[in-house]
Amino acid sequence: MKKITYVINGEARHLHVEPNDVLLDVLRDKLGLKSPKCGCDRGDCGACAVLLDGKSVRSCLILAIECDGMAIETVEGIGQDGLSALQEKFIALNSFQCGFCAPGVTISATELLRNNPRPTLDDVKEALSGNLCRCTGYTPIIEAVLQAGNEGGEHGKL
Amino acid sequence: MAISHEFSYEKPASLGSALALLTRYQGQAKILAGATDLAVQLKEGTVTPQCLIDIKGLSELDTLAFQEGQLVIGANVTFQALVHSDLVRRELPMLGESALTVASIGVRNRATIAGNICSAVPSLDSAPVLLVYDAVVVVTSERGTREVPITDWFKAPRRTALAADELVVEIRIPVPAVRHRGVYVKLGRYRGEDLAQAGVGVMVTEQNEYKVAFNAVGPVPLRSAKLEALLRGRTLDDALLKQARAEVPSEISPITDIRASREYRIHMCQVMLERALRAATGLLAGKSIDVEHLV
Ligand code: FES
Ligand code: FES
Repeated sequence: MKKITYVINGEARHLHVEPNDVLLDVLRDKLGLKSPKCGCDRGDCGACAVLLDGKSVRSCLILAIECDGMAIETVEGIGQDGLSALQEKFIALNSFQCGFCAPGVTISATELLRNNPRPTLDDVKEALSGNLCRCTGYTPIIEAVLQAGNEGGEHGKL
Repeated sequence: MAISHEFSYEKPASLGSALALLTRYQGQAKILAGATDLAVQLKEGTVTPQCLIDIKGLSELDTLAFQEGQLVIGANVTFQALVHSDLVRRELPMLGESALTVASIGVRNRATIAGNICSAVPSLDSAPVLLVYDAVVVVTSERGTREVPITDWFKAPRRTALAADELVVEIRIPVPAVRHRGVYVKLGRYRGEDLAQAGVGVMVTEQNEYKVAFNAVGPVPLRSAKLEALLRGRTLDDALLKQARAEVPSEISPITDIRASREYRIHMCQVMLERALRAATGLLAGKSIDVEHLV
């Protein structure tokens, strides 16, 4: 066991991990953050995405111990001061059906909009290309991200 | 799924201590960089190291620079860094374009090009650009440093010229002094995640020098000496392209697997070779071509 520290959703957390603990399992089972989901467990589906020092990563492909001292943001953090402009759009447009892919999509789209507040359709498709959704056909998801970009943009709560 | 196998974790603060660990573990240690491939292998139990050596703390491996006519890419440089680099866009656009075909952002934010060539799966997207530009892999160990030409790097699926005690420091790509343009065309089922079913990379210079490489159509990515000899010094026209297409089947040895049949791969390599050559020469002539959507 090694003692490590994360800044999770703005709050410092100390925990003990084994070298072979996977970040996704630690987030869900040790820290109680259930927004990252385990879909494929091998980097293909994007359901486990979180922001690591601001960049989207697949938490199923990262060892917990590798992230010592880093900042991790999950959907719990994105929504902690009220829904973001993007989340509002997802609701308004009924973007999801079962919702299993929603946390991962939210992470990818949040990263996009923070770096590129006015994305084009191609930008959105590229940003979400690693997030699989088996329900929606993607159209209402992509539309929400585009609208959040056009209306929320730099001034929104992304 | 948890990783059932147990190992120790080291994050050395200097290159020297990383190399000492590699020597000490005698092949029982694995280098950990982006881990996008390694993590899957650990979960599946296909690799069972005693120790993982995390090199992300070694800032000397972060280099992304243009030095003496070469693009130098340190072992910690991620694909997403290549996608976003103005230096890469200016000096070697094919590299950034190839990087963009790798999986999706969430993977590219972690995965490194050095890791990609160490994984050495036949479909690796970084191989064609490295092959057509004659990249060199700089590796080091406590025994010393050596440079391995990329054409000698890939030995078999998942096997490279890297010895157990060696570490990849950087990849060096000589940028031709004459005007040049490379193009990578990747055949996949969908954007965002899929491994290449087949891939073709070409590089053309203003003197009509041609380099041609293939990935995912044989046990290792390869250069085609025959096609390069056929094309050398000649201007691309329909007759020459027809001859080039005819050479393709004897230059590659694809298999049939779950992702594509052998016949489909051969056919598409012919199509992609033609499109890649046309695109590269067109770009060299100043035309604007959408290289992301050639297939
Ligand atoms: S669970 Fe991590 S990418 Fe699918
Ligand atoms: S809404 Fe069901 S997987 Fe996307």
